[in-house]
Amino acid sequence: MLTVESLAKSYESSAGAARRRKSADSTRVFAVDGVDFDVRDGELFTLLGPSGCGKTTTLRSIAGLEQPTAGRVRLGDRVLFDAARGVNLRANRRGFGMVFQSYAIWPHMSVFKNVSFPLDVMPRGKRPGRKEIEERVHQVLDVIELGAYASRPATKLSGGQQQRLALARALVTRPELMLLDEPLSNLDAKLRESMRFELKRLQRELNLTAIYVTHDQSEALVMSNRIAVMNEGRIEQIGKPREIYTRPATRFVAEFIGTSNFIEARVVSVTGGEVAVETTQGRLIARECPRTPALGDTVLLSIRPESVDVSTAPRGDVPNEWSGKVRTRAFLGDAIDHITGVGDLEIRSRSNPTVSIPPGTEVHLSVAPDKVTLVPVD
Amino acid sequence: MALASTATAPRGGDHETPGPGPSPEPTAPGRLLALLRRLLSFQGLLVGGAVVIVGYLALVPLGYLVHDTFLNSTGTGVSLGAFSRAYGGNSQAGSMMLNSLGFALGSAALALVLGTVLAYVQVRTDTPFKGLFFAASLVPLIVPGILYATSWIFLGDPSSGVINTLVFKPLFGTAPVNIFSVWGMIWVQGLHLAPVTFLLMVAAFRAMDPSLEESAAMSGARRSTVLRRITVPLLRPAMISASLLMFVQSLESFEVPGLLGLQNGIYVFTSRIYFVLRAYPIDYGAAGALAIGLLLIAAAGVLLSGWLQRSSRNFQTVTGKAFRPRPVDLGRARPWVGAGVIVYFLVTVVLPVAVLVYASLLKYYAAPSRKTLGSMSLENYSEVLHMPLAFTALKNSLIVGVGAATAVMLLTSVVSWVVLRTKAPGRRVLDLVAFTPIVIPGLVLGLALSFVYLRMPLPIYGTLLILLVSYCTRYLPYGMRYSSSAMAQMSPELEESAAVSGASWFQTFRRVLLPLMSSGILAGWVYILVVSFRELSSTILLYSPGKEVLSVLIWEQFENGQFTTLAALGVCMVLILVLLVSIAYRLGARFGLQGDSSN
Repeated sequence: MLTVESLAKSYESSAGAARRRKSADSTRVFAVDGVDFDVRDGELFTLLGPSGCGKTTTLRSIAGLEQPTAGRVRLGDRVLFDAARGVNLRANRRGFGMVFQSYAIWPHMSVFKNVSFPLDVMPRGKRPGRKEIEERVHQVLDVIELGAYASRPATKLSGGQQQRLALARALVTRPELMLLDEPLSNLDAKLRESMRFELKRLQRELNLTAIYVTHDQSEALVMSNRIAVMNEGRIEQIGKPREIYTRPATRFVAEFIGTSNFIEARVVSVTGGEVAVETTQGRLIARECPRTPALGDTVLLSIRPESVDVSTAPRGDVPNEWSGKVRTRAFLGDAIDHITGVGDLEIRSRSNPTVSIPPGTEVHLSVAPDKVTLVPVD
Repeated sequence: MALASTATAPRGGDHETPGPGPSPEPTAPGRLLALLRRLLSFQGLLVGGAVVIVGYLALVPLGYLVHDTFLNSTGTGVSLGAFSRAYGGNSQAGSMMLNSLGFALGSAALALVLGTVLAYVQVRTDTPFKGLFFAASLVPLIVPGILYATSWIFLGDPSSGVINTLVFKPLFGTAPVNIFSVWGMIWVQGLHLAPVTFLLMVAAFRAMDPSLEESAAMSGARRSTVLRRITVPLLRPAMISASLLMFVQSLESFEVPGLLGLQNGIYVFTSRIYFVLRAYPIDYGAAGALAIGLLLIAAAGVLLSGWLQRSSRNFQTVTGKAFRPRPVDLGRARPWVGAGVIVYFLVTVVLPVAVLVYASLLKYYAAPSRKTLGSMSLENYSEVLHMPLAFTALKNSLIVGVGAATAVMLLTSVVSWVVLRTKAPGRRVLDLVAFTPIVIPGLVLGLALSFVYLRMPLPIYGTLLILLVSYCTRYLPYGMRYSSSAMAQMSPELEESAAVSGASWFQTFRRVLLPLMSSGILAGWVYILVVSFRELSSTILLYSPGKEVLSVLIWEQFENGQFTTLAALGVCMVLILVLLVSIAYRLGARFGLQGDSSN
């Protein structure tokens, strides 16, 4: 539906800025550095990354609020932006709905007026009649459960209500695409949690196509159909939430999403779907790798703490087993982490809080081969 | 390495567009056409028009000033003759410059010390009468410089002044106070400017994070050490910029040196320019040369201030957040500080206003005695009411003031949008140009404008329009400050969300921007109206008989020695200004941080 091709946005560099590239005479900084993806009909597509990774710039470029320096943005057959052909449709002609991080509720208007604004400013030929505007506004206010507040000044709403008002305003024109720029980041933790499901429900029920920008990995995992993880202006990986989590393609993705144990290793044998690697603490087996490495490659193993099984008795019958001594443990409420020294390695394991092993105890760690992910060394 | 996941996006560096150029390179005619189309849109016309007007207002007079000053007598070549006439020979340029600098430095120092101490006491201590501070801070707004100076003549005249006749004569048998001296000028100007410093420093004190001081206290520093080693260094940038602003304002002041200095032949730049233009034959070149000298010193002051602030920006104490620090407990000193506040209020507000009212009730001014108190009447007021010129002047003041306020605020709201919200090339230059009039003293502007319109075929010389042009130029920087701070306070997302909602530029401007900026624009509008009412220094060179405004009428009374009529007129003017300012407050306009000018 929406296609973004080699999108780039660069600035004249200022001192100390990162991501430089030397060109003929000037140094330019790339906020977005060649991003490609496409968003499918009816999906919630998330741009996820740390602050400054270029996700918001990408979203704003799609919205038309920022002019990229290179690349193309298409919506179906409609070209919205094409640097090579000098096409740049203005934001107000793109017909998207957008929810801003600050909500950007107009404080001088009532709740109703805020929502009706996108309809009010339509060109004369397309603008619906007064009655229809009223109907549509009330309809959308009902959907987001603000129907009773229509005549209130917008500033009299609570944070969560303002957030929903911003959503209503974006929805009222029934846009083909919704752009959501960290819409939940200004809410408190409890409300944020419930709004996640609320937003997801709305998106599914109204069959909305949406691009969602967030730096919160759990938000991204809960809500998205697909996630693009961004770093330093580039996309590191695009995939379904489960893929991203269990099969990170790069060290950055593995580090950014959840926690991981990273172990350097060398590939010693490749047989079918099974890869054997040699670490400083012995041999490990990895299974179901998305890409088969070559023999002799140096790779990085990424092992999630919850995939590491810790017990005081040896298992004996499993392929990937180490023994070591518990160094520290940390109680997290719903889980407990043990950090175990295995030779020169430190392995973090996460288990049910009923398992609590005092530091200094000899323990045995094991990992199922399909839980060992091979990541390229940067 | 061969382990890249299938899902990894292709890396950058293989863009189809060659090179990371700043913008795509469409064909040349296509680009020209696109540019033309943009310029001809409504937005283009509005923005372009505003830019042209600002450039015209701010730069053309200066161009003419320089041109006419360097022109030789035959009008064919460059010469420095004007400068030698202005500064050489028996022009006493040396003492004039010393007086100027001494007056400006002294006034700035007095205003800085008073303003800073008052701000500290107001913001950081539990002093009584906190409300009086802000009442006192309105003085420069509602009592114009010319009236303030007149009041101090009534108070400090060596022979008939209230202070000498009622305090020193009976007690010590001497009359040491002479307001017609450099010290007198410094006193009056400094007191008149102190509230402006006060407001600037209050803002600085409030914007300072108190935890910076608290952590010093937690480190074991005594209060005096904290003050010396933390508070003052952190406030230094604010103090520097405040004092330079005061310096430039004093340098440009015409009212105080004009009223207090001319009498004893104490000249400063501004009064010298006025003197040169009053002599016959009028030597425009010499006046221009003096104006350029003044302009250069003022510009140097402003540049220095900008430079000092830039170098101190790396320790920003101003976070834009207002803090509510816990006030210092004054303890046993509290009644003394309270008494000090009362005395300050009496001396700077009550006394000058009271003496003005007193004088307005007399036939001839004399220090208060049983005889004068007995002869008080409202005769002056009835004279003012029967003066046909008074109503013309009031009407003219209103027309020009309302016109200038409206024009400036409309212009600056567009210009500040260009400066703050677009990435248009040259927007910084535009900002700078809109601010240049701040270094142009009123008298210099008046002179420059008369050069322009004596020459140009536009027939506005000798009409009210020339005053309107002058006021628009003078108050452009203040208008900019109001509009741009109103715009800066507004999140750009509010406009962006309108754009994403489908609103065109003009719809966004009219339906989102203007309503949200309205209180800032209104505040600026009233402020400009108020300061236009008192504008004297450029008006005095541009008005023509029959086109007087209120401030000129007051000046004429002074020149004719009609002090008591002047006082009555002055009281009326103060009342009008009080009315305007209170309407503004009722409407929710806030002066203070932005309102930092006084003529």
